[in-house]
Amino acid sequence: MDVRGGLRLEGLVKRFDDVTAVAGVDLELPPGKLISFLGPSGCGKTTMLRMIAGLERPTEGRVFLDEEDITDRPAYTRDIGMVFQSLALFPHLNVAGNIGYGLRIRGTEKDRITSRVRELLDLVSLEGMGDRRIQQLSGGQRQRVATARALALEPRLFLLDEPLSALDANLREQLQVELRLLQQQLGITTIIVTHDQREAMTMSDLVVVMNAGRIEQVGPPLEVYRRPGSPFVAGFIGRTNLLVGEASGDGSVAVAGRPFDVAGGANATGEVSISVRPEAAQLVADGMPERNALPGSVVFVRDLGELFECFVDCGIGEHVIVAGSPRDWVPVEQGAAVAVRFPAEDCVVVST
Amino acid sequence: MRALRAVLVTLVVVFLLAPLVVIAVGSVNENRYLNFPPEGFSLSWYAQLFTDSGWQRSIRYSVTIAAISAALAVLIATPFAYVLRTYRIRLAPLLYTLGILPFMLPPIISALGMQVFWLSTGHVGRIENVIIAHAIFFSTLPLVTISLAMETMDQALPEAARTLGADQRTTFRTITLPLLIPSMVTGYAAAFVLSLNEYIISFLVAGFTVETLPVKIVNGLRYGFTPTIAAVAVVFIVIAATTFTLFAIFGNLMRFLGADPAILEKNR
Amino acid sequence: MSVREQPSGRTLGVLAFPVGMLLVFFLIPFGIMVATSFYHRDPGSFYRPAFELANWQRLFQPVFLERALFSIGICLLAGLVCIAIAFPFTYFLTRMRRRPHVILLVVVLSALSLSEVIVAFSWYILLGRASGISNILVWIGIMSESAAYQPSFAAVLLGLCYIAFPYCILTLYPQLTRLDPEITEAAQTLGASPWRTFWTVVVPIARPIIVAGFLLVFVFTLGSYIIAFFLGRPEHWTLSVFIADQASANANVPFAAAMAIFLTVLSLVVVGIVGLIESRTRRVT
Repeated sequence: MDVRGGLRLEGLVKRFDDVTAVAGVDLELPPGKLISFLGPSGCGKTTMLRMIAGLERPTEGRVFLDEEDITDRPAYTRDIGMVFQSLALFPHLNVAGNIGYGLRIRGTEKDRITSRVRELLDLVSLEGMGDRRIQQLSGGQRQRVATARALALEPRLFLLDEPLSALDANLREQLQVELRLLQQQLGITTIIVTHDQREAMTMSDLVVVMNAGRIEQVGPPLEVYRRPGSPFVAGFIGRTNLLVGEASGDGSVAVAGRPFDVAGGANATGEVSISVRPEAAQLVADGMPERNALPGSVVFVRDLGELFECFVDCGIGEHVIVAGSPRDWVPVEQGAAVAVRFPAEDCVVVST
Repeated sequence: MRALRAVLVTLVVVFLLAPLVVIAVGSVNENRYLNFPPEGFSLSWYAQLFTDSGWQRSIRYSVTIAAISAALAVLIATPFAYVLRTYRIRLAPLLYTLGILPFMLPPIISALGMQVFWLSTGHVGRIENVIIAHAIFFSTLPLVTISLAMETMDQALPEAARTLGADQRTTFRTITLPLLIPSMVTGYAAAFVLSLNEYIISFLVAGFTVETLPVKIVNGLRYGFTPTIAAVAVVFIVIAATTFTLFAIFGNLMRFLGADPAILEKNR
Repeated sequence: MSVREQPSGRTLGVLAFPVGMLLVFFLIPFGIMVATSFYHRDPGSFYRPAFELANWQRLFQPVFLERALFSIGICLLAGLVCIAIAFPFTYFLTRMRRRPHVILLVVVLSALSLSEVIVAFSWYILLGRASGISNILVWIGIMSESAAYQPSFAAVLLGLCYIAFPYCILTLYPQLTRLDPEITEAAQTLGASPWRTFWTVVVPIARPIIVAGFLLVFVFTLGSYIIAFFLGRPEHWTLSVFIADQASANANVPFAAAMAIFLTVLSLVVVGIVGLIESRTRRVT
């Protein structure tokens, strides 16, 4: 398989007048993988992508593609394909005109363009639609044209800036899978910018979580979900229960005066935050476990069909959320006095 | 409110259409002097437009001036609007103000300025003087339409071209320019129509040697009314109304005039 | 978020043509005009370079000041009349269904595309004795004898309103279409009649654009030449007519230049106010 497309960012900083969009990023991305930049709006993820594309000059730092410094190379010499948030399909050209644009301005001969465009139309399942006007296409078809256009020149890097944000939920999920399969088929290094953690988890080999211009955590999606490195990551990727407690240094933590054991131990002393995912927390209707549990009363219960959720007031500020499959759920009444157990192996210390 | 609306709309339409009706009637009135009620029907005044050498000359002058000055206006406005809206230029607001200033000020200012300018160069009474004066004065119109198109154009379009390997010149030629053409045409049309109608600049710059249609009409009125004037006016109106109706049918007139598409959708 | 690039020398070179044209054929002529305002007028109907303030002193004589005030007054009045009619009209227009909406727009644009010369000429006829409105009234039997309504102050005002009216509508139009119908519907669910809604919701929201439209009509009519010339007596002439008159018939170009500069300053002040209002509304919305 192709091993081109390894990307390295060194000390990347971007300031717009007095706003710092990217505040010093070092990152090494392996070739042939799909990486997502995940974060809330304004976290600098799009600016990072635009600097990689050459649409924005870094204020400081360097960008290397396959160990070649491309920081000073303009976008049109970088050998990249990009899908924009608005898709940016050229409205005055038809589907084939859009897909063949890059080839045409390079002076590729007509027959070659025609056959390559046909190949790409097949690739994105738009057979025979080359003559359509952009205005005649549905949202999903437009997305596919934008993808085909970006891949037409067999770029070393495939960049996507929130490419599915304009589509409705069902179509979005379908295209996530399609894009991922396409990427695996071509083995092209791909970076996708998104604020949707489900999208990132569906598609990526590697997730880069960003916040306020900095990288919070880099890792495979499941690892980032299971072992969030900071309260921000824990809260941004999926929902979580954050418990604040006092670590004594011997691996146990006191939360609201109750003793907790924490997997991997909390070596530090002082205030720590512990993240426990709702599906890991357990309701205990009869009796109060000695360790790793908080007493509380049920505030609200809902059955979502695929999921059962219970909101419990444990007197720690935020309500504790307990979620589980409806099949093995113990029915509780609103207002009932219960205990919530947080198994030690699911307690992750996210800050010290 | 409903009654008020009907009355107001009717009155405004009558007010706006009244002059159109008068000249339409006047243009086909058989009698040389327009009396009430009108007598007879004749198209001879229209025929005169195409036979009388004086009117012929004025039509030629006016159309030549309008066609060339509007083209020149677009040539001035296009690079101006493109560069000011694409690049970061500290003086941009000042330059843009300079671009719209001639049109913002009363035309008499441009008229007098051009008069003293050509007087001081000794190059007086030529048709090119009027062409340049109109081109400068009306260049504001394409400047505004093209700037607006630049502003509403998706910034990602030229960027997408760049990621596909187009340098700046290629991007402009293959993406930006084709997308600007509608606004250039609109700007050209607006400059053309207004140049055709313009009086005071033409008059002060070269009124005695280059007698454009409006100048000839005013000169004619000094000696009294000729129905040919009404015939000219009708031709003008028909051209303008046809243009706008075509706009309404084939383009989106409401959108072009700045209506918000989302809100219009709700009104449907 | 994206910031525009710095231009290269070559892109700045692209600006040379438009900026050069404006420099040579607008700024330099304006400069020559300023210089001319200090020149000396020879009685032989021409002028020669000199430096004297005679033309400027004439600006401060009561005769001229009175003319200037009259011009400003009639143009302000035209602005008021225009906005008072154009605003409700445009509001109704934007709430119409597509077909009448487009037809009315075509009517407005047709009126807009009429040459000022032709507008003046047709109102000259309509307000005249021979074949004007009064003849229709006589024919119906309301009046016993036809009458001439021009030249007169009212005729000039009417003409000015006519040429400015379409522009006024087109200034108000984009903003008023952006006024979400749900806002007025909300007011009505809260118990306001359509009439009250108009006064308590629509007008206050649109106040900045009303002021801008009013001032634009003012500047626009200030530039009108033919209307006042044809439909008024010399005492109804506006500054533009005086300037043109001095520049051609009376051939006192230096005095015309001084008046033109006065008119420029006046217009710039008004345009500046419009600009301020627009930038402020843009910040709010």
